Amino acid sequence: MAKLDTSPKVDLSSLGRLTEPRTLADEKICLEVDNLNLYYGKKQALQGVNLNIAAKRVTAFIGPSGCGKSTLLRCFNRMNDLVDGCSIDGQIRLDGQNIFDKSVDVASLRRKVGMVFQKPNPFPKSIYENVAYGLRIQGIKSRRVLDEAVEKSLRSAALWDEVKDRLNESALGMSGGQQQRLVIARTIAIEPEVLLLDEPASALDPISTLKIEELINELKSRFTIIIVTHNMQQAARVSDYTAFMYMGDMVEYGNTDQLFTNPEKKQTEDYITGRYG
Amino acid sequence: MNMHAKKPTLKMWFKSGDPWVWLNAAAVSVSVIAVLGLLAVLAVNGFSHFWVKDIKQANYFVAGMDKPVRVTGEVVDIIDVSSAQLISAGFQLDENVATYRRELIKLGNRDVTGADFGWFLADGFSDVLYPKDLMVLERREWGNFYGRLLRVQEGDQVSSQVAADGANVAAVWQDFETRLRRVQRIHDDIFAIEKHTIGKINHGMERLRLQERKLELSDPTAEKRAVVMTDIKAERAVLDRQYAALETELADLYRAINRDSIVATVSSGEEVPIALAKIVRANRPNGMSLFEKLAAYLSKLWEFLSEDPREANTEGGIFPAIFGTVMMVLLMSIMVTPFGVVAAVYLREYAPQGPVTQTIRIAVNNLAGVPSIVYGVFGLGFFIYFIGQNVDQAFFPEALPAPTFGTPGLLWASLTLALLTVPVVIVATEEGLARIPKEIREGSLALGATKAETLWRVVLPMASPAMMTGLILAVARAAGEVAPLMLVGVVKLAPSLPLDGNYPYLHLDQKFMHLGFHIYDVGFQSPNVEAARPLVYATALLLVIVIALLNFAAVAMRNHLREKYKSLEH
Repeated sequence: MAKLDTSPKVDLSSLGRLTEPRTLADEKICLEVDNLNLYYGKKQALQGVNLNIAAKRVTAFIGPSGCGKSTLLRCFNRMNDLVDGCSIDGQIRLDGQNIFDKSVDVASLRRKVGMVFQKPNPFPKSIYENVAYGLRIQGIKSRRVLDEAVEKSLRSAALWDEVKDRLNESALGMSGGQQQRLVIARTIAIEPEVLLLDEPASALDPISTLKIEELINELKSRFTIIIVTHNMQQAARVSDYTAFMYMGDMVEYGNTDQLFTNPEKKQTEDYITGRYG
Repeated sequence: MNMHAKKPTLKMWFKSGDPWVWLNAAAVSVSVIAVLGLLAVLAVNGFSHFWVKDIKQANYFVAGMDKPVRVTGEVVDIIDVSSAQLISAGFQLDENVATYRRELIKLGNRDVTGADFGWFLADGFSDVLYPKDLMVLERREWGNFYGRLLRVQEGDQVSSQVAADGANVAAVWQDFETRLRRVQRIHDDIFAIEKHTIGKINHGMERLRLQERKLELSDPTAEKRAVVMTDIKAERAVLDRQYAALETELADLYRAINRDSIVATVSSGEEVPIALAKIVRANRPNGMSLFEKLAAYLSKLWEFLSEDPREANTEGGIFPAIFGTVMMVLLMSIMVTPFGVVAAVYLREYAPQGPVTQTIRIAVNNLAGVPSIVYGVFGLGFFIYFIGQNVDQAFFPEALPAPTFGTPGLLWASLTLALLTVPVVIVATEEGLARIPKEIREGSLALGATKAETLWRVVLPMASPAMMTGLILAVARAAGEVAPLMLVGVVKLAPSLPLDGNYPYLHLDQKFMHLGFHIYDVGFQSPNVEAARPLVYATALLLVIVIALLNFAAVAMRNHLREKYKSLEH
């Protein structure tokens, strides 16, 4: 299907939401979640989740608190490895490779799957050093390469004009919204394939939230984006596909417009119409 | 309805919280007063010692004495003593008078009269005068001298003499002062040669001796021995020549310094000859203006801070003790910080958190409560006798049987104190690590950093203020510690500083002086308690100041780090 080609050219011409209804069957798949079960100790937090994530699209996870959407998100870059007593069975395949395989190096997986957290967490370093952090970890020392990458990332995060004159000042002096965009710039500086956003705007004011949403629209031409959000309007605004989760189950997953306008499951309808959650 | 305020009751007063505020304020006040009071006592008693006091001259007679005696000296202390006590001590006094005033007078002239302090009843004094021509000489031996200048001599020749009517006192004093300045310049030269130049030559000689001994121990071939011995002999010849030249120079200087002397009279009228070379400072306090006294005060204070001690530590300065204390604390800090931080990182970041780790943690915390003398004994037994002696056998066999590291010294003292303070650093660092937000660690890990990279680049810098807090506590504890140091390296009088211009510059094997031990030594081991007492106060104050300065330095560094890594608390 030529017109559904996902090359940047096509997307650039229609920045923003997909305008025509499409289904996952039309998309290039980036991540496949295959019968994923996750346990915190004895408590099961994810119950046999199956899910395909489309490349270069925005996928939103919604659901009430504790439904497992953040847990699922943190599986994609194996952040759950840090949690004591967390065990996983099932598979997540990134470009066909199971990320839980013993041969996979967690650090290099996380370079491919970047993550932005709920609360802005810049390092107590300069703005420049924050963005350059991931590159320095990779051993890049050349000032020229770093300068270029820092500028490019800050421009991509729509932050360059605001901070270009104070790159060497502490990142902690920035506003919350700026800090969150800095964290996004820091994450995209290492050119990941996938960008995981864990409620990236929940700690921000409406204007900063709007900026982040605009940013998501711009970034989706380059990255596969998965966003967890509490805010259903936000999910409807920014995402192409939406997954509704409840009590560790993937209840419904599909095209965002369809899920919000014509949900297949009663549970989904109840949630998006505000009957619970 | 009754709108009138209820009558205040005690219960209401307690409920209002006022008693707690008062209690807290009282606790703070008591602490502040106690600290300031302590400092004030130390400062007043210590630093008044350096003030040039007037010299009192009086006739003293109390019932029971054959005839009045002439007393000349400084009033050091005045106390009231009950008459009963005095009567039981043999004085013939009126029982109905409750107390008598007693004066402690510093008489000096220990070489002439034997005792340089004496207690006198204030009532016994008559004809009290403060004559302007009375002088006080600070001497390198025998303590102060109080008396009158009679004549100045150059060799056997009289240079100038005070006339019978005392008309030319000023001129004679002038002559004396000029000659004293010359002698003091020569003394400085001699000191420089003996302490530094000859010290260097001795150091070189010792090095050559050890080289030769090492050569013998290595069982060399005749050829090699010949080669090396030629070198050693050549070097030794150079040093010998230098030493001979210096000896001649010194002999000249000693002749020059011993040329002049004075003759002075003491209160009994006896004439006493005094070599100018033995005089440190000469004043006539009764005729000095406030400004002159202030200048003399500052000069004495500077001497106290910058000079070596004299006369079994009861006179002169305490510079080696200050230097040794600071040096030891710095070395201790350099050792304890990395060690404590590494241990804390393992305990907090890598060790599986379970009963074993918890037990280790409790054990470490309890180490801080072990009495310090126990650490001293441990340092002596383990570091010095075990490690030190093995190090000597392995690396310094040429110096044996004289020990190099197998004897108390700076290294072992610092190491022992590092061991004593490491729990504090571990606890503080662990708390710092625990306070770093999880988000920051996750942010770093999510960028593809490993745990080690995250620790090194983000977590440890952010925890550095906590490490500094640990170091501050460690410094405060270590700088004031004395008991263990007596076993592992501190001495009453160290011949040289542990840091000097001779290779290897920092002499970790040397013994050193320490302010805390100096206080103990001067205060309780001194043959001349009265003379030493003010120095105990001054040294104690200085110890407090040194510790405070070390702490301020660490606090300033911590505040700088805190500012730099201030966390995401908003």
